[in-house]
Amino acid sequence: MTGARNKLRIGFIPLVDAATLVVAVDKGFARAEGLDVELVREVSWSNVRDKLNVGVFDAAHLLAPVAIASSLGLGHIKVPIVAPFNLAMNGNAITVSLPLYAQLRDVADGDLADPSTSAQALAEIVRLRGKSGAEPLTFGMTFPFSTHNYQLRYWMAAGGIDPDEDVRLVVLPPPYMMQSLSNGQVDGFCVGAPWNSLAVNASVGRILHFGVDIFPRAPEKLLALQESLAQKEPGMVAALTRAHAKAANFVGLSSNHEEVAAILARPDRVGVDANVILRTLGGRLRVASEGAERECSNYLLFGQNGAGRPDPRHAAWLYAQMLRWGQARHAPGFLAAAMHTYRPDLYDAAMQGDAMPAPAGEAIAAFTGPVFDDRDPVGYLKAFAIGCKYA
Amino acid sequence: MKIVIVDESPIRAAILEEGLRDAGFMSVERLSDMNNLLMRIQAIDPEVILIDLENPSRDTLEQMFQVSRAVRRPVAMFVDQSDAASIRASIDAGVSAYIVDGLKKERVKSILDLCISRFNAFSRLQNELERAKTDLEDRKTLDRAKGILMKSKGLTEDEAYRLMRGAAMRENKKIADIAHAVLTAAELLK
Repeated sequence: MTGARNKLRIGFIPLVDAATLVVAVDKGFARAEGLDVELVREVSWSNVRDKLNVGVFDAAHLLAPVAIASSLGLGHIKVPIVAPFNLAMNGNAITVSLPLYAQLRDVADGDLADPSTSAQALAEIVRLRGKSGAEPLTFGMTFPFSTHNYQLRYWMAAGGIDPDEDVRLVVLPPPYMMQSLSNGQVDGFCVGAPWNSLAVNASVGRILHFGVDIFPRAPEKLLALQESLAQKEPGMVAALTRAHAKAANFVGLSSNHEEVAAILARPDRVGVDANVILRTLGGRLRVASEGAERECSNYLLFGQNGAGRPDPRHAAWLYAQMLRWGQARHAPGFLAAAMHTYRPDLYDAAMQGDAMPAPAGEAIAAFTGPVFDDRDPVGYLKAFAIGCKYA
Repeated sequence: MKIVIVDESPIRAAILEEGLRDAGFMSVERLSDMNNLLMRIQAIDPEVILIDLENPSRDTLEQMFQVSRAVRRPVAMFVDQSDAASIRASIDAGVSAYIVDGLKKERVKSILDLCISRFNAFSRLQNELERAKTDLEDRKTLDRAKGILMKSKGLTEDEAYRLMRGAAMRENKKIADIAHAVLTAAELLK
């Protein structure tokens, strides 16, 4: 890395899905690539976005939809962002309050573990509340441009609920989720790890669905940089990408999970109990406080063994969600610009020789509804009765 | 013009409010409790909302403005990307502004500039306090170390000080660190 810039400041939000980034720095993978990285823990996605956009951060652990929104200039200043590495897939869960869970069980026609059944049960509760004049149900999520928001909406709409009319969706900082559920400000939420587990452990909620029940493979977090920086410093970006690929392989090995959990548990990283993190890494989550446990090997996926290679089809799919829920109006060039945020070419350039064969492009689909076709996001949206305001 | 300050630091919010009042903005409200933020902002109906960047509720605020039909929609400052330097300055200072669309830019600019300078003044104040605290601690340590050296080696106060300063220069350390080492050593040799 002669002549290239090697000092970087990288922002992150305290979540288990930042593991690859944190391990890349704290386990020395970044240093081995000649990089001197300062990790900065942030309190809000707005801050991460703004600090990345003005160059206070050189790179960031970022919600994939925020990166795309920034590239398109949706709702905020337009700054083209690129991702040379896919930090994490999946990892979210939908947690509901104990009273709401009891109601869902009462009205459910079948097994609540099936998201179609639970969505229909939720729709029934929404109808009953509407008839009795009760306040609409309120659900928390972490940001408007987030997979959490799209997971909740997709699930609800599949049951016949219009998430913009029939319920309230509010943004809550993850550390406030548990308290808001226990004091009744929200009836449920969709959030990443470890926040669902903490609500279960505190006996204030029950995990109704893992994110993978809604979308088996959902894009979640990216390693994001300004496109202009990536153009100026290709050597640095390549070194950073290689450090992440190695860190992801380390995080992906279950024999390393105890060490990874201990690193993430530090107060200046995620700062929660190492045991909760360890369960998350292994995809073994307690779904109810009385101890019912559920195991799921793809609960949270890091970019190991080539999965860190960005897949632009994910960007197209996220863009389709933005169209469906009125966050974007379809415009010429938007689809291409969204897909250009995901940069497998930067990944390939960094991994020359070391690259694992790219995983076969798995179909992008949900528990119900059509398979996604990235060549025709608007056509895909025609299948949905709810949403699709500006498609 | 109605301005709302959302800040969990009451001292900083008070400093900012005072600045705004001095500049002729008389209608300033401070919110520090994050409960029912939307309802309270709705009741006040401000043209400008200022929030500190340490506040996790910033994401909540952004979404409220995107979806709410009840609040007149404030948007993030400078979405028209005309003033990168101002954005950078406000982020460095630790404050973010949301404004109702259509407000005259020069008026908002003066408010933001005032915010930036008050936030910076506040962190300078904090740093000075922090430094004063450290200085005081260091002086106490130094005095105790001097006392130990005077007693154990029969030195005058001036000689004890010069001995430590010499060690600090040789080892390229701060004299406070040497004093700390003396205290630790004395504790171990007790």
